[in-house]
Amino acid sequence: MAEEGKIGFELVSPEQLLMSEDVEMVLVPGVEGDFGVLARHAPLISSLRPGVVGICRKGRQPEERYFVAGGFAEVTGERCTVLAEYPIEVSTMDRGEVEQELKNAREDLADAKDDKERGAAERRIAVSEAKLRALAA
Amino acid sequence: MASLKDLRNRINSVRSTRKITSAMKMVAAAKLRRAQEKAEAARPYAQRMQRMLGALSESVAGRPGVPKLLAGTGKDETYLVVLCTADRGLCGAFNSNLAREAKRRIDALIAEGKTVKVLCVGRKGRDQLKRTHAHLILDASLEIGRDFDYDTARKVADIITEMFDDGEFDVCQLVYARFRSAIKQIVTTMQLVPFSSAEEHAPGEEAPEEEGEAAGGVKPSTGGSYEFEPAEEQILADLLPRNMAVQVFRALLENNAGEQGARMSAMDGATRNADEMIDDLTLTYNRTRQAVITRELNEIVSAAESMR
Repeated sequence: MAEEGKIGFELVSPEQLLMSEDVEMVLVPGVEGDFGVLARHAPLISSLRPGVVGICRKGRQPEERYFVAGGFAEVTGERCTVLAEYPIEVSTMDRGEVEQELKNAREDLADAKDDKERGAAERRIAVSEAKLRALAA
Repeated sequence: MASLKDLRNRINSVRSTRKITSAMKMVAAAKLRRAQEKAEAARPYAQRMQRMLGALSESVAGRPGVPKLLAGTGKDETYLVVLCTADRGLCGAFNSNLAREAKRRIDALIAEGKTVKVLCVGRKGRDQLKRTHAHLILDASLEIGRDFDYDTARKVADIITEMFDDGEFDVCQLVYARFRSAIKQIVTTMQLVPFSSAEEHAPGEEAPEEEGEAAGGVKPSTGGSYEFEPAEEQILADLLPRNMAVQVFRALLENNAGEQGARMSAMDGATRNADEMIDDLTLTYNRTRQAVITRELNEIVSAAESMR
């Protein structure tokens, strides 16, 4: 049980549990819009879009920011679990690398032969663009 | 009787074999530890996904438009058996046990008049099934490779999902070895499509103990009705293929740990056998050597006698 006024937050990737601690607020990039999760939030299950999960230990400013390429969030009154695919800490991302990724994805899109390849390339572009936005913020 | 030189050669060759098997054992032991850690680290994700899926399926149960991956196609004509094995051999009966269970299952299904397709993940399973069931093995079968990660599992899951969407099978079962300990792996069959969390075990295998998976520090869902964003059906459509990837990932991790464990004990046995053999051969060698010396002495003595 999280301490009073705090919410138990877990960030989990398929490989491992990345973070598990009580925090003040979590900012989650839901498919239908970002939302903040405070203690005693209404139970909610949401899919995530590529974006940044912000973790606020104190106050309303995120101290740690993780980029996620997608996934799910489960919220109950006392905890918030984020199942993330390919989470990366924003501070460790490299702008040059992301730009390269974006360029590669664009080239793949140009070379795509069928709808499936095109879809995959478009998803990668969306992820890379979201990464750039996360870096700019 | 073998000559001294022959014996010496044999001893040397057994010694070098022993060196190899004991090195392999050590490597397997190190890899086993890593594989176990990896399998454990991946557990929280699978648990939480299970919990979410539980909440979702509870909420959509009985409604029309439930995704087919969850509800099934309503038929069970065509089965897809996914056999996960190792890429490499020299790990005792690990691969054979898996292949045997898969064969048993395939033959039983065929006897019931079902159509069976087989997807092999890992080279050894394919090699073993090729002899008897070559025509059933799908071209999409793949090797795991030296280092596998979530992406590998995802690739497998993508193949399965795509086949399902194309209506190529109705039921999908995954055969893998559940890691129990370094000397015990339990061949397990898990149903992937339609989704169910129940597992069957090969006959003669005891059911594994609960690994505290339900407990594991995870509180059961609060029973409160969740809000869903977007609608349940859409989340499920997204979640189910991912859950498949997670299940495959888990199977691969368990398999990997099992493979290393099996290799470790197989190589341990081999090393011990080599030791025994070296002892035996050394004894024979020494006996032969002494016999030769005795014979030569005898010859010298009798030669000296006759000179007198």
